[in-house]
Amino acid sequence: MPEIRVTPLGAGQDVGRSCILVSISGKNVMLDCGMHMGYNDDRRFPDFSYITQSGRLTDFLDCVIISHFHLDHCGALPYFSEMVGYDGPIYMTHPTQAICPILLEDYRKIAVDKKGEANFFTSQMIKDCMKKVVAVHLHQTVQVDDELEIKAYYAGHVLGAAMFQIKVGSESVVYTGDYNMTPDRHLGAAWIDKCRPNLLITESTYATTIRDSKRCRERDFLKKVHETVERGGKVLIPVFALGRAQELCILLETFWERMNLKVPIYFSTGLTEKANHYYKLFITWTNQKIRKTFVQRNMFEFKHIKAFDRTFADNPGPMVVFATPGMLHAGQSLQIFRKWAGNEKNMVIMPGYCVQGTVGHKILSGQRKLEMEGRQVLEVKMQVEYMSFSAHADAKGIMQLVGQAEPESVLLVHGEAKKMEFLRQKIEQEFRVSCYMPANGETVTLPTSPSIPVGISLGLLKREMVQGLLPEAKKPRLLHGTLVMKDSSFRLVSSEQALKELGLAEHQLRFTCRVHLQDTRKEQETALRVYSHLKSTLKDHCVQHLPDGSVTVESILIQAAAHSEDPGTKVLLVSWTYQDEELGSFLTALLKNGLPQAPS
Amino acid sequence: MKLYCLSGHPTLPCNVLKFKSTTIMLDCGLDMTSTLNFLPLPLVQSPRLSNLPGWSLKDGNAFLDKELKECSGHVFVDSVPEFCLPETELIDLSTVDVILISNYHCMMALPYITEHTGFTGTVYATEPTMQIGRLLMEELVNFIERVPKAQSASLWKNKDIQRLLPSPLKDAVEVSTWRRCYTMQEVNSALSKIQLVGYSQKIELFGAVQVTPLSSGYALGSSNWIIQSHYEKVSYVSGSSLLTTHPQPMDQASLKNSDVLVLTGLTQIPTANPDGMVGEFCSNLALTVRNGGNVLVPCYPSGVIYDLLECLYQYIDSAGLSNIPFYFISPVANSSLEFSQIFAEWLCHNKQSKVYLPEPPFPHAELIQTNKLKHYPSIHGDFSNDFRQPCVVFTGHPSLRFGDVVHFMELWGKSSLNTVIFTEPDFSYLEALAPYQPLAMKCIYCPIDTRLNFIQVSKLLKEVQPLHVVCPEQYTQPPPAQSHRMDLMIDCQPPAMSYRRAEVLALPFKRRYEKIEIMPELADSLVPMEIKPGISLATVSAVLHTKDNKHVLQPPPRPTQPPSSKKRKRVSEDVPDCKVLKPLLSGSIPVEQFVQTLEKHGFSDIKVEDTAKGHIVLLQEAETLIQIEEDSTHIICDNDETLRVRLRDLVLRFLQKF
Repeated sequence: MPEIRVTPLGAGQDVGRSCILVSISGKNVMLDCGMHMGYNDDRRFPDFSYITQSGRLTDFLDCVIISHFHLDHCGALPYFSEMVGYDGPIYMTHPTQAICPILLEDYRKIAVDKKGEANFFTSQMIKDCMKKVVAVHLHQTVQVDDELEIKAYYAGHVLGAAMFQIKVGSESVVYTGDYNMTPDRHLGAAWIDKCRPNLLITESTYATTIRDSKRCRERDFLKKVHETVERGGKVLIPVFALGRAQELCILLETFWERMNLKVPIYFSTGLTEKANHYYKLFITWTNQKIRKTFVQRNMFEFKHIKAFDRTFADNPGPMVVFATPGMLHAGQSLQIFRKWAGNEKNMVIMPGYCVQGTVGHKILSGQRKLEMEGRQVLEVKMQVEYMSFSAHADAKGIMQLVGQAEPESVLLVHGEAKKMEFLRQKIEQEFRVSCYMPANGETVTLPTSPSIPVGISLGLLKREMVQGLLPEAKKPRLLHGTLVMKDSSFRLVSSEQALKELGLAEHQLRFTCRVHLQDTRKEQETALRVYSHLKSTLKDHCVQHLPDGSVTVESILIQAAAHSEDPGTKVLLVSWTYQDEELGSFLTALLKNGLPQAPS
Repeated sequence: MKLYCLSGHPTLPCNVLKFKSTTIMLDCGLDMTSTLNFLPLPLVQSPRLSNLPGWSLKDGNAFLDKELKECSGHVFVDSVPEFCLPETELIDLSTVDVILISNYHCMMALPYITEHTGFTGTVYATEPTMQIGRLLMEELVNFIERVPKAQSASLWKNKDIQRLLPSPLKDAVEVSTWRRCYTMQEVNSALSKIQLVGYSQKIELFGAVQVTPLSSGYALGSSNWIIQSHYEKVSYVSGSSLLTTHPQPMDQASLKNSDVLVLTGLTQIPTANPDGMVGEFCSNLALTVRNGGNVLVPCYPSGVIYDLLECLYQYIDSAGLSNIPFYFISPVANSSLEFSQIFAEWLCHNKQSKVYLPEPPFPHAELIQTNKLKHYPSIHGDFSNDFRQPCVVFTGHPSLRFGDVVHFMELWGKSSLNTVIFTEPDFSYLEALAPYQPLAMKCIYCPIDTRLNFIQVSKLLKEVQPLHVVCPEQYTQPPPAQSHRMDLMIDCQPPAMSYRRAEVLALPFKRRYEKIEIMPELADSLVPMEIKPGISLATVSAVLHTKDNKHVLQPPPRPTQPPSSKKRKRVSEDVPDCKVLKPLLSGSIPVEQFVQTLEKHGFSDIKVEDTAKGHIVLLQEAETLIQIEEDSTHIICDNDETLRVRLRDLVLRFLQKF
């Protein structure tokens, strides 16, 4: 029995280290290869020994697909390909291919240089890993091999994020990665056609949330920033270099312009400047408005936002600073935070999710006295705000996508178990499809019943279609043919053709039945009576009286003859071939009952 | 399957393919060579062009002197320039389902088709094709609308009058189809019908046909198209290049196994080597500027200009031209330069990898940054303040009939220090220059056409091996000017089928199969039997369902229980459906074994007689006779259904069913 099997190695009832194994018609695909932000031990990377215990990764996997550049979706890639060992193709979109290695290098630096971790992947490994990448265009059908094909759809979320359709024959799976169903300030909304996959694997980060309108959150954000700088305070916005940062920059830039504000906005240098450049070059991946106006004004060339120098942090007066990294766990954002935390006029705005253990997580959970290295205690007097700007589909958006793709079943990943359970029920109720939510290491098996494509000879098909157009074609009609299976080619041809192709002769089986009738009239008159009787009885059939005196019903021949002994009896010879068996048998039975009395 | 050929211009094709149940237009090129018959549209009042004498017939009849003017010894139409449209009468264009665009040069007639023929379908094109196509159209509309001309000449088009005109007007073809330029509103409406597609994207048309664009290597986003069903494949090759310039390389492998390959858009200058031309371009440019002259390059706002700017970028410092200003003047100059930088995914590998750094893929960004290249929407405004000579000006239109180029021709034509360098191959440079004669300025002809030449074509055809090649008639004979060059034509086996404008070709297709899907339940019920080694057969009786051109076979419905009605059934309700056919039979019946079987089943008194062709088995008791021959069996019996059915089933044991 053909089947589709799905095993999450990560992101099963969890957020982080997305990594999902899919087997479809004998092809094995790995979807994403992420790391977990919340762990520093073995649990950081997916457990690839699940695959390697039965052999090499390259032998097992037909391909790897990366949905977007966030580290929880691609962070384990160099470890996977260079340290565990995988040499097959890795597919991702062009922007992902461009940005992914930069984030990996950034991550590596923090892990190795700052935290001093050993046995971590090296810069060279990142480069070698990226050499195995094959870039895909949106909607391009990529033929991984003769049978396996993949296709990317726009997912919103971050620059270059894509959903992927994986298809073998008539079987298909769609993996959404992370996606966003509403356009934001710089990206468009995810879109997929009615591709009716056997299975849709969707993220479910906001499985239970219906988020308030984006406009409200934006207004809130701007109001808070504005109020703080008005009273002379400084605003720190810890961000990751790519993604939300650009959206917030566009937001502040347009606000500053509209309000004619002069307070400086800074962006911590390095990655971010570079990041803006990526957005400029990959502008075709942004939303329609930005794409349309980019010639007049490139939205990623900011007038009000300038590069930050570390000495600026001590400048007096209000300012807004975007600094990396986003969870305040290291680097420039943490340094600035330490400088500004003591002043209640200042504000820190956390625009995204923070993992447990980070300073970001601590202050968001209300902690106001932080123990820093060297037993120093930092008292946080500045205001702490959390604003969710992460671009995931909410419950409504997820339902919308399921409706768009019309899958036969749904599988939830990248979310919390409790929330998934709620969404699972909702999907099963609304769409009447089964919905799964396996934990990591748990396998879901879906039996499938693929139809079998064969070639039908055009002659046979046309003959059938023409008859299908006739008025009496209301009742289901049967098509008869012979399926010729030679090597791997399957052809459906008419039986005559099949015989001919195989060089076989047809064997004709014919029956002739003698039906005795009491009739004293001449044979010709008997035949005429038979004709009028059949003509009136068999309205749907072609009944003919031929010049030689015989009667035909379709291809069945009826002849009347004199009885050799009894002149009062006539013999009807009814003759038909095996192909007309039903009708022939019916006619003999009918004639046996005799003819109606002729009105004399 | 038929091909309707609506354009006679080999590089600006417009064909309609009827394939299965779909009607597909392949490109809609606009032949603009017709504008060469018109007077240039000067941007600045030109005393020379506005005081030309009217033309009169030999007998002195001057009734055409408003429409036709004599200029530099030639006669030109003094009117809004007009373009030669594709044939619109050969086929009802409202029946066209889709239009496939191969590159931005081949879509210039789109507004005429989509806005004025009742077209209701979809246009498919890649994003760069659409965006740059829009720029080309915008520039064209702008050039023409900027110089309003009240007069639209039509008298001269009268067949009887046209006969009397001097060449080349006398020989102008299809003048009745010539039309004025469209408006921006029509352009926008036409472009709104485009659906964007990516390379190797499979697009289903009505479930019957699949179309796929492939990279053709000629221009940003340029594509060839595959049009195929499950058993037939047509490749449409239009404007392809194997040279390494800026676009993504041509995808050749996907063109393999075509039944028919339609080949258009080959190089217009088969004897010129593009690399050599670029070298000549640079050296002539440097020479002129060093001598204090100006260089004029009539060009389109996108395409080869990117490559020329890149060459100059590498060349200017070494040639000591760093202080010479380069001007790019076009209403869409800025857009074109900006757009070129954002289509990294459509560029060759080298340029693509630059974006990963991240750096702009084209070096003209740096030329602009360092103020070496400046761009302006027109000669009016900022340009007149910044203008310094000597300089190099890139501007349109290459026909020299409209656009800012007209001004520079008037301005610089009288000095032999200046040079005009023709790089675009679409117009004969001598004809383009005709209304400006006599000229003192130097004219250099360096046509750069990167499209396939005949050597590359023959290599390509050997590689992809189509069963049949279809091409414009121009490609099946050497060019008229070089009739001895037998190498400048397509040479393939079987010989290419050629077409000309307004012709309909029947494509040599033998469609024999169609895809059908057997539902799993039905597949499970099939009983295959091996007839010969490696060949198995299974008889299929199934219900055919056809929806959206997709065919599916489902298991036959289970016989329904006859309704237990108390009414006496009418005979006709019992009549079996004669269209429920029994399978065919094959094989032969071994008489001895057959007789043994009969005996085993209780028949006695069996007599066998030999005949010429076989045997007769007599069952005397039952008055039944069975004629057995090599490939037929005839059972003749009394009307005893039970007996007949018993005998039938015994016979069937020896036969195979199909």
